[in-house]
Amino acid sequence: MSVDEKTVRRIATLARIGLSEAEVPALAKELNAIIGFVEQLSEVDTTGVKPFTSPVENKMRRREDVVNDGGYAQDVLANAPEKDDEYFAVPKVVD
Amino acid sequence: MSKLTDLNLAQARDGLASKAFSATELTQAHIERVEASDKLNAYVLKTPEKAMDMAKASDVKFADGTAGPLEGLPIGVKDLFCTKGIRTTASSKILGEFIPPYESTVTQNLWTDGAVLLGKLNNDEFAMGSSNETSSFGPVNNPYQGANGENLVPGGSSGGSSAAVAARLGVAATATDTGGSIRQPAAFTGTVGLKPTYGRCSRWGVVAFASSLDQAGPITQTVRDAAIMLGSMASFDSRDTTSVERDVPNYEAALTGNIKGLRVGIPKEYRVDNMPSEIEALWQQGIDWLKEAGAEIVDVSLPHTKYALPAYYIIAPAEASSNLARYDGVRYGARQAGVDIDDMYSNTRAAGFGDEVKRRIMVGTYALSAGYYDAYYIKALQVRRLIADDFTQAYEKCDVLLTPTTPSAAFAVGKDVEDPLEMYLNDVFTVTANLAGLPGLSVPAGLDANGLPLGLQLVGKAFGEEELLRVGEVLETAAGFTTRPKEWWSA
Repeated sequence: MSVDEKTVRRIATLARIGLSEAEVPALAKELNAIIGFVEQLSEVDTTGVKPFTSPVENKMRRREDVVNDGGYAQDVLANAPEKDDEYFAVPKVVD
Repeated sequence: MSKLTDLNLAQARDGLASKAFSATELTQAHIERVEASDKLNAYVLKTPEKAMDMAKASDVKFADGTAGPLEGLPIGVKDLFCTKGIRTTASSKILGEFIPPYESTVTQNLWTDGAVLLGKLNNDEFAMGSSNETSSFGPVNNPYQGANGENLVPGGSSGGSSAAVAARLGVAATATDTGGSIRQPAAFTGTVGLKPTYGRCSRWGVVAFASSLDQAGPITQTVRDAAIMLGSMASFDSRDTTSVERDVPNYEAALTGNIKGLRVGIPKEYRVDNMPSEIEALWQQGIDWLKEAGAEIVDVSLPHTKYALPAYYIIAPAEASSNLARYDGVRYGARQAGVDIDDMYSNTRAAGFGDEVKRRIMVGTYALSAGYYDAYYIKALQVRRLIADDFTQAYEKCDVLLTPTTPSAAFAVGKDVEDPLEMYLNDVFTVTANLAGLPGLSVPAGLDANGLPLGLQLVGKAFGEEELLRVGEVLETAAGFTTRPKEWWSA
């Protein structure tokens, strides 16, 4: 499978990474080289192999359903590029 | 007495305990050395005032008799660990001047045990790289230079950590390893690098790259120092769902020097094409050393080794594309304006991420996108299981594996920047341990023809750090690596 320039633009949109038209051809070439490299995996017979998602097969631990943290909105907001009272501020989302 | 900055961690600890010098004297000596190290670019943030405050507090504890296991020992911290009130950037522009309102569990463990923070160490942006050249702060220079005085990379992604330890800019450093980012830089700088078993050190407060692979560990001068550091860094932490609830043993006590009857596996698939003959020779030397020490050498096979890097370059970017979605200019970091919120996201991420990070996010997004998910992502996870199963089978015949750490010595700054695939091959021997979640240790074992350090790697069973460190120390003793880089940077 090869990654064409249209696909590069589509992935960039999905990933929310702004690309200039000038960047697209070089990126397509690089992504093709990487995808070409990982294509080797298709040689491996994986019939019936269960996907490996984590080296640790922990069950999710449960804790008491009690408030054990929180109450410091100003700390949470301290690094915000823009804030308003106790809220993060973003450009208008809905007209 | 030698200079205080010549001491390794264990020697410094013992000197403090015997009151040969104070914590403030030790820290002051390191601060001065760090100040004169800018040509290496190892530290991206120096915290001398904080260090002196911590050292003074340590001296009080020594006087009180309440000193911790790492009391008064000055260390550097990779800039991937969140440090409360101290700028943490992951060496990315997108985090801007981020000041964490919390402390990572690993660093908190170190401070609780008495360690002193000298500053934050450079790394590849979001730990994505093998040469420390993708950092927004620019490359780190290896304290070891090439035959003609050219600057070499210190490895990556923990290049600031490896350079700092090799140049004695701290008695030890923290690091992280997702595909080899502790062990490869250690091999390139003549230092010891330990990647613990997945789940041994908490990931809480460590900037995430690929969550099923990331693991924190130390870079140190000696195997003993690595054992001491791991004893403090490791803990069970309920804030990390993959943290394993298991007691932390006394790793230093495991260094008995006795490996009689230990079975050392030699995986034949690690004899790769075009491997330099000196690495092949060093590997054989390592086999001979362990045999002389009483170990039994066993040939083993890890048949899916060749597929480890391709699987890694699906899994790690896929997890990264998900983890790095949080950098959207809303809650922290450097925001770029846009006409609407989507435009703000795209502009922020275009300006904030470097080329390698963008490439990996794009590959990961592609592998996870509709129509490709099964063909790439699920396929890679299946191959990952086969790789992990290879180790399980090998460990029926042996206790640890011995391999080279890297396929080459340190290379020149700028050499592979334009070729991402060539750069990826650096991790060919290290990445398998991450995929299987196993502990790996790189020990400096020799020099190449140009006088550059080479490392040998030991890979252990899950939670087999004690055995791993025991063999590592035997290897270290046999190798007798005492080389130090020429101090061109302080001139």
